[in-house]
Amino acid sequence: MTRILKQNSLESEAIYIFREVVAQFENPVLLFSGGKDSITLVRLAQKAFYPARIPFPLMHIDTGHNFPETIEFRDRLVEELGLQLIVRNVQDDIDNGKSIEEKGKYSSRNALQTNTLLDAIEEFKFDACIGGARRDEEKARAKERIFSVRNDFGEWDEKNQRPEVFDMLNGRIDIGQNMRVFPISNWTELDVWSYIEAEGIEIPSIYYAHQREIFERDGLLWSASEYVYREEDEKTEIRTVRFRTVGDMSCTAAVESKADSIERVVQEIRESSISERGARIDDKRSEAAMETRKQQGYF
Amino acid sequence: MEVLKIATAGSVDDGKSTLIGRLLYDTRSLTIDKIEAIEKASKRNGLEYLDFSLATDGLVAEREQGITIDVAHIYFSTRNKSYIIADTPGHVEYTRNMVTGASTSQASIILIDARKGVIEQTYRHFFINNLLRVKEVIVAVNKMDLVNYSEKVYNEIVADFKELQQRSDFKGQKINFIPVSALWGENIAESSSAMSWYDGETVLEHLEKLKAEDFTEETQARFSVQTVIRPKTEAFHDFRGYAGKITGSSLKVGDEVTVLPSLTTSTIKDIYFFDEKFEEAQAGSSVTITLTDDINVARGDMLVKTGELPQQTKELKATVCWMDGKPLVPGAKYVLQHNTNDVLAKVTQIEGRISTNFEGLTQANSLQLNEIGQVALKLSKALFADNFENQQENGRFILIDTQTNTTAGVGFVK
Repeated sequence: MTRILKQNSLESEAIYIFREVVAQFENPVLLFSGGKDSITLVRLAQKAFYPARIPFPLMHIDTGHNFPETIEFRDRLVEELGLQLIVRNVQDDIDNGKSIEEKGKYSSRNALQTNTLLDAIEEFKFDACIGGARRDEEKARAKERIFSVRNDFGEWDEKNQRPEVFDMLNGRIDIGQNMRVFPISNWTELDVWSYIEAEGIEIPSIYYAHQREIFERDGLLWSASEYVYREEDEKTEIRTVRFRTVGDMSCTAAVESKADSIERVVQEIRESSISERGARIDDKRSEAAMETRKQQGYF
Repeated sequence: MEVLKIATAGSVDDGKSTLIGRLLYDTRSLTIDKIEAIEKASKRNGLEYLDFSLATDGLVAEREQGITIDVAHIYFSTRNKSYIIADTPGHVEYTRNMVTGASTSQASIILIDARKGVIEQTYRHFFINNLLRVKEVIVAVNKMDLVNYSEKVYNEIVADFKELQQRSDFKGQKINFIPVSALWGENIAESSSAMSWYDGETVLEHLEKLKAEDFTEETQARFSVQTVIRPKTEAFHDFRGYAGKITGSSLKVGDEVTVLPSLTTSTIKDIYFFDEKFEEAQAGSSVTITLTDDINVARGDMLVKTGELPQQTKELKATVCWMDGKPLVPGAKYVLQHNTNDVLAKVTQIEGRISTNFEGLTQANSLQLNEIGQVALKLSKALFADNFENQQENGRFILIDTQTNTTAGVGFVK
């Protein structure tokens, strides 16, 4: 029997990028949020280094406002694959006064993650941070390189990026700088979901249709939770929903859906007419919201 | 699903972003919230039509000035294919972005404004497509609505472009001409009723027919080792695998290979992809290879089939596209990154600047940002490189400035 391997070009590219990271950097880390994109990254990293273990730790910047399902899932995955997990908490920075909690109706800890992330990069002296951002998510991300240099302050200089030609990745940086690396830059939301389906990858249950107490604001469905500010006249109700993207509870809206299996989710994405980040409350603030946050070091 | 990467090139105001926006809209790839955002912004700018260019112009500065200043990647898909468009700006000073965008693309769309015809920047766009050996080129003659959909105007432009094509040394390139109006969606996804004289394909019809296999030329196999995998676990105690990407043609278990630069020979024992073994892996696959002999192989080494060795050289002649503000001058030293291998390179001579108008070499003492030239380099260690025209993956390199760490240029081995 002749078995001929013909690889999916997106998968091949992502594995190639992972291997370049390990070869070109001394101290890489995979930024893990518990969302589908970072879970996909973990699978790709497994494939890149098999039969060796994934040769870098995962790091989660925990806002403290995560969905409990995500945290349980994270801990189980790390346990099963024998990975090293570093957790740094936004709450700690709020307690010690480094970060100030936003107040009011649209308050979220999403932006505060940046402070905690930059401190953790410095603490562990990470020189490469691997993330699951994709170029199709958002206009500013469409301009992002695969290897993207950040200065000492974590800033992105979007107008002065290194040219990236062919598949040649230049990982040279100065001390104090770090590289952000995006192995699934060229994947679309549908590519990720199709891959999860084809590979049989397990993901947190909140991605599938479930009953949840929610309330409506600005046409979006918010989770009723102690972490999400709610006006008195904003009434909650139980609906069947799922999440297309998972950040923390204060910045991720649910969508009405009956897709309770991976097959049905893939089908739904194929037919969907609202973009994924349309359900991200943090992007709705202004047209340039993402670009501004990226310049400041947001992932 | 099959993925097709396309680069776009056009001058300022040729309607490149509009064409891409139109492709997205007509393939129903724009979501309701994006269309709403475009409607809102178009209205705010006082336009009577939907400004599809707003679908792609990402950065704040671009929206303010209405221009595209860096390579943006745009994604859309149809039932049978996923498309990735590298949208590159058309300014004279932005050649480096065009080279960047085209370097990862299999096909390219060159836009021409029907009112202006073939202009100097068209030469440059076509030249770069030749230099990078982009096999499939669509010449979209845009803004046909502004020349009354005139067949005569279109035919003149096609004739001018064909004359340009005569000067190209890349005869394997396929070129297709399509008259379009991106603004009104004519011949983008749907045939134009205003141009009934044209009975060829629309842009989308043509893209849909292209197959990724058409772009991969069978050449000699090259396997650059990215990293060595040594699990040191109970189950894989003596495992020593070489991780890398196969290029050129497939590799098989049992193939006799030579390791470069040591020239040691061995045989491929296993080809792993994750926890499965394969007897053969096609070009483009990222795999892990084990050899029958316990020999010393490290990152930067290359496996090739015995008898198919590339040229070993300490002196390199190359066409270089310069991408840095600090010009390339004789005597300057750079790190040359060739696949997974790094060597030091010294510029021994600039043989001349290459005109992007296909007028050959002119004498030059330096290469400035966005200039292309013929350069001779002396290397600190011998490289095993191919001529770019014969084996693209092993015939290209980047030059890195050791002080700024930036990628200063890209080279194509002659």
